[in-house]
Amino acid sequence: MSSETQQILTTDGIPLSVSLKKAERKNKIKAFLLVVPLLLFLIITYILPIGDMFMRSIDDKMVTNMLPKTFTAMEKWDGKEMPPEEVFAGFYSDFKILVQNKEHGKLAQRLNKEKNGFNSIIKKLFRQVQRNKIDEGQSIKEQIMKVHKRWRDVEYWQAIKRTAPPYTTAKYLKGMDMYYGPDGNIMQVEEDRRIHRILWLRTLEIAFFVTLFSFLMGYPIAHLLATLPMKYSNLLMICVLLPFWTSLLVRTASWMILLQQQGIVNDFFVMIGLVADDNRPEMMYNKVGTYVAMTQILLPFMVLPLYSVMKTISPSLMRAGKSLGGTPFIAFWKIYFPLTIPGIGAGCLLVFILAIGYYITPALVGGASGTLISNQIAYHMKTTLDWSFASAMGLMLLTGVLVVYWVYNKLVGVDNIKLG
Amino acid sequence: MSKNQEFVKFDKVDKSYDGKVLVVKDLNLDIAEGEFITMLGPSGSGKTTCLMMLAGFETPTNGEIYLDANPISNIPPHKRGIGMVFQNYALFPHMTVYENLAFPLKVRKISKDDIDKKVDKALSMVSLSGFENRMPAQLSGGQQQRVAVARALVFDPAVVLMDEPLGALDKNLRESMQYEIKHIHESIGVTVVYVTHDQSEALTMSNRIAVFNDGKVQQLSSPDKLYEEPVNSFVAEFIGENNTFGGEVIDLSNGSCKVKLSHGEILANPISVKSKGDRTTVSIRPERALINPENKMDNNHAGTIEEVIYHGDHTRVRLNLLGNSEFILKVPNSSKNLDIKLGNKINIGWNSQDARALDPK
Repeated sequence: MSSETQQILTTDGIPLSVSLKKAERKNKIKAFLLVVPLLLFLIITYILPIGDMFMRSIDDKMVTNMLPKTFTAMEKWDGKEMPPEEVFAGFYSDFKILVQNKEHGKLAQRLNKEKNGFNSIIKKLFRQVQRNKIDEGQSIKEQIMKVHKRWRDVEYWQAIKRTAPPYTTAKYLKGMDMYYGPDGNIMQVEEDRRIHRILWLRTLEIAFFVTLFSFLMGYPIAHLLATLPMKYSNLLMICVLLPFWTSLLVRTASWMILLQQQGIVNDFFVMIGLVADDNRPEMMYNKVGTYVAMTQILLPFMVLPLYSVMKTISPSLMRAGKSLGGTPFIAFWKIYFPLTIPGIGAGCLLVFILAIGYYITPALVGGASGTLISNQIAYHMKTTLDWSFASAMGLMLLTGVLVVYWVYNKLVGVDNIKLG
Repeated sequence: MSKNQEFVKFDKVDKSYDGKVLVVKDLNLDIAEGEFITMLGPSGSGKTTCLMMLAGFETPTNGEIYLDANPISNIPPHKRGIGMVFQNYALFPHMTVYENLAFPLKVRKISKDDIDKKVDKALSMVSLSGFENRMPAQLSGGQQQRVAVARALVFDPAVVLMDEPLGALDKNLRESMQYEIKHIHESIGVTVVYVTHDQSEALTMSNRIAVFNDGKVQQLSSPDKLYEEPVNSFVAEFIGENNTFGGEVIDLSNGSCKVKLSHGEILANPISVKSKGDRTTVSIRPERALINPENKMDNNHAGTIEEVIYHGDHTRVRLNLLGNSEFILKVPNSSKNLDIKLGNKINIGWNSQDARALDPK
């Protein structure tokens, strides 16, 4: 309450703002209760899984939890020369517990990922521990170093130390074909093994061209839809929406029937003599198949926003343009086209974002050269079971989409988007 | 007269959209250069179709339209050089006022300096100087309207078409815009073809009015003639207020006729009745019938007042007269005290010259 501005009171003497809040409270609570189910649903199905994915992608607690004493002792070690006795002692007591719990195999697996060669030396150490060959009265450092020559190699101890932090960004580096070198520097994977970068680029490329193709094909359709008389436009609308109502799998499968080498399209080409029977072009299991099928499937997402924007453009604007002396092309380019930009923006953004994360269609018709990053994610989810890597790539994809959205916002402005 | 009396000429124009119904039937209409002509009619009467054919957005099904003696049916709209003001203004929403006005000039490849000059001139003509950088959405309805008018005139077209341009404005604004458009027309002398369904708009602005109904021009004449001397009962009914009596001609002589009604007889001015026995509708303007006339009038009848409605400057009185209970009188609210009370009987008189015996309804 400032002394300058006079507070307005209701006739009962209650401050107006208080009275207003009271009057509105009931409505606000009602409104909130109405959205609560959706809010909960979003939290449970969206926010939580993404949070979980993020935790999973950076989680590296396994070794941290397995070797607590080792890592406490390692805090004082400079990491350059062989670690002191305390580190060995800590490692030995941690390892004994692992052996009792039969968890040393997991440790071997995880450390082997960090540096090749851990598998065999941990097995060797395990046998020694099992047979109680290690005398706790003497220097444990000496005894472990005798088990295998690699235990005398400082690089292996450095590798163990690198697994100490409970969190790691290694998965994200891996997603970009990079890794942490022995001294903790970020290194590039050798050129012939850089598969992820190719996939990222290919995903962007395919998403871009699919967006372009659906724009080129969707624009005239949307225009027709918006300008045809009702009875024809309804029919055309059904033709556009029909694929929408058909299962994605069915649509993709029908493209497989059409596009395969002995398929209908190839048969037709042979029939009209466009290609020789023994030289049928491959239109599937490569980029062509992905382009064709994805463009068809994503076309409605381009057509609908365009249509809804075009529907609001009064035909008298084009007429005005023409009556003022503009040729039909100028009237289109200077008047109609600029007014459809919000729809173009919405359609392109929608198609691009959907295309960037597309999965089933490229998996079925893409073959080796037509698969996208999402197929790689699925591969790690289902085949290698490296969920943390799959999570990391999923989040990178999400970040990519947000970046696209941000750039788009800078260029076109999200306020200019019109979905309907 | 150096002015071309047939600057725009509709020659036997028919128009049908579906091949079954003629929207415009055998239209013949000449528009003189510099004239302000209004096409007036109820919706669906074909007036807008005529305008669209002139603008080039519709093609005549039959017949030809001439502009300055050149047939224009095969010329696309953008080459006709006809300015047009649309019903909802059709300002380009993504362009500023300046860009809207510059559009017709740019497509004509006029130099930047000339464009600036012409846009300036056009904007000052509609008193909107200084609004160059506004977007259409930032303007009020009346301002948008003026921009639309300025844009239709900025490239000096020979003809400007206006399709119900004031329909979306409120009453006061509409009236002031009517005068404004009329003054612009007078000052630059452009030929204007104006479409409206609002008769007062048509009467205020036009040199001549073409009343459309059923795809045909019912009457083409100056506003005063249209009001005072309608040639058929549609025009009499459509323009202004009108009292009618249906009856049969029982005598026809000396430029006047006697019409037998269901209750009584009246004398009327034979316009479209030819002989005895014709059915007719007699039309009398409310202000031509007087209460207790001082001068002698050849029609004098007593009626009963059934309703009195106060209108400020005048009072409307509904009478039952000669079996017509919808007879309307307009009584000016002057100091003259008349005995206008519900149920009173009063004496009504009018000249037979003002009672026009037209075609039967």
